[in-house]
Amino acid sequence: MIAAILSLSLLGLILGFGLGFAAKKFAVETDARVAELEALMPGTNCGQCGFPGCSGAAAALADGKASPTVCPPGGKALIQALAAKLGVSVDLSGVADEGPKIAAIEEEICIGCCRCLKDCPTDAIVGAAKQIHAVMREACTGCEACVDRCPTGAITMDPVPITLQHWVWPKPLSEGAKAWA
Amino acid sequence: MGLMEKIFALLEHGPGEHWGVHPDDRKRPAADAPLRVLPLPERLHVPLQQHIGAAARPIVLVGQKVLKGQLLAEAQGATSANIHASTSGTITAIGEITAPHPSGLPCAAITITADGEDRWIDSEPAVDPFSLAPKDTAARIAAAGVVGLGGATFPSALKLGLGLRAKIHTLILNGGECEPYLSCDDRLMRDFAAEIIDGIRIMLHATGAQKAQIGIEDNKPEAIAAMTAAARKFAEISVCPVAARYPMGSEKHLFSALTGQEVPADGRTTDLGVLVHNVGTAWAVHEALRHNRPLVERIVTLNGGAIAFPGNIRVPVGALVEDVLAYASLKEVPARLVMGGPMMGSLLPHTRVPVVKGSSGILALTAAEAAAYDPGPCIRCSSCVRACPVGLLPLEMSAHIAASDLNGAVDLGLKDCIACGCCSFVCPSHIPLVHYFNHAKGELAAQGRTQLRNDAAKRLAAARAERIERDTREKAEAAARRKAERMAQKAAEKAAAEAAAAQEAAGTAAESSEVTT
Repeated sequence: MIAAILSLSLLGLILGFGLGFAAKKFAVETDARVAELEALMPGTNCGQCGFPGCSGAAAALADGKASPTVCPPGGKALIQALAAKLGVSVDLSGVADEGPKIAAIEEEICIGCCRCLKDCPTDAIVGAAKQIHAVMREACTGCEACVDRCPTGAITMDPVPITLQHWVWPKPLSEGAKAWA
Repeated sequence: MGLMEKIFALLEHGPGEHWGVHPDDRKRPAADAPLRVLPLPERLHVPLQQHIGAAARPIVLVGQKVLKGQLLAEAQGATSANIHASTSGTITAIGEITAPHPSGLPCAAITITADGEDRWIDSEPAVDPFSLAPKDTAARIAAAGVVGLGGATFPSALKLGLGLRAKIHTLILNGGECEPYLSCDDRLMRDFAAEIIDGIRIMLHATGAQKAQIGIEDNKPEAIAAMTAAARKFAEISVCPVAARYPMGSEKHLFSALTGQEVPADGRTTDLGVLVHNVGTAWAVHEALRHNRPLVERIVTLNGGAIAFPGNIRVPVGALVEDVLAYASLKEVPARLVMGGPMMGSLLPHTRVPVVKGSSGILALTAAEAAAYDPGPCIRCSSCVRACPVGLLPLEMSAHIAASDLNGAVDLGLKDCIACGCCSFVCPSHIPLVHYFNHAKGELAAQGRTQLRNDAAKRLAAARAERIERDTREKAEAAARRKAERMAQKAAEKAAAEAAAAQEAAGTAAESSEVTT
């Protein structure tokens, strides 16, 4: 009885030390920031950044190969969040945030082929075979994944109209610039 | 008093009376002119959103005949308000019109072509509001489309419901009207004191509050006298004159002036047991409960140097500013048109803008009144710091915003800014400080919306990935199942064939044995 307890405890102790040693010795080096950055990204893997998905973009950001302005669907909010996480400063006034765009389907040309809806990363396009498809504006991120898939060129990217609810006071011209001009 | 005692007093009571500004109020002679009524315009353009919250949903059709007070659009969502017809006539369009908003963007509106009869819809006779449960009173106020008439246009019934839940003990009626030029509340209190008092009593009933205080700036002695006379019969209602100072009409500042307490930065007056409503709202509540009349008109101040006959005027909701200006006749072409007060009102791009429930005034200002100066550099005189009624540092905040550091401005208390414009008013360098703060608040809200959108997109993408994985798995399972079935079938067929062969063989054997025997 005592011999069994002792031998098992000893075995556990030896194996535990072994595992601990292996974890230290053979640890795979990963940048903890990559996971944090990836959590900030939209996660739709649309590919507009030119990297393989959001995780690829996050890795490139952590390596310093990409600037925080890499993600067009993220907009200014994402740029600021990424810059804060990376500890770099970004001049937002230089960012051509020409406003978000979303996909629109020209119903006259749509043939109901279902190709675009298979490619939409957020399931924003609804439709069925030989039925006209439609974009749910609220779900579309403007990633443009669908545009090239359309055999008839029925999908266009339209700017999101500015409404009363979305309008923002423009930034006043800097008084210094005005006074010393 | 020694220096230390002074410092202790400062720490205990705060800086005290050093907030706000004293602009020339320019309320008279408009405030003293008798109330007039706007002749019914040919067409009224009633916007679907005249309140904080979601726009109302139209329930009428183009070509339909409507009567005054008929429901045109019903509230949708938790925070919204009903919209009623402001006159009788025909719906000729459901389209768009320029919103009374600084952006000059269009908003959805229902156009009524008036038939000239201005006939009210038949409604059931009004019941005694005091025989109703507080909840039912609030429901009737909601049905009448009453919103806060002080300017924020928050649906009143919701606010009363909030008060009922928060168990408030005092109702404060805001008759401050601290904006220069405006006198619509002053005129209302002078001409409809009894109606306002009745509305206040109904609101007391709806919230369960024990007493009501009416705060009126002391530059309106006639209104104070009229309201005091009307309130004499009711011990629970008292009139409290307060010092004239801008922005006394701000909810939290009037509350402080009347109770001596201060509302915490992240709190509301209801947290301290007090609900604040505008006096105009009390009048609208009286109309809704005693006469079954929804909110379809309001008193609007017409003022400014370019107006020949300044004064107050009853305007149906949806009348265009050009109709009102035509009635008041202009002395000269105004250099600037403003809806609301000069401090917080919005610039109108042109005169084809409708009057809405929250329109307190229309100002036609001359070039001398609307003088605009080019901004200069900040000289760090800290005039804005002394003027800020919330105790912020406008000069520091605007510097952060100018450098696109919005979070820095938030750390300095941007979210507590009430956009009253005191800082811009006193700035000797004419820096558009409040413009910076409005810009920053809008920008932060836009960033918040984008963040919400991105989160939603992430959820959708995750759901899609999960679905695709499930589909592939189910397909593979189905394929495996079919294969297994096929195999089983084949095996069964094979077994059957073997059995048959065996039987046949046995049969043949039997036969042959028979033959042999």
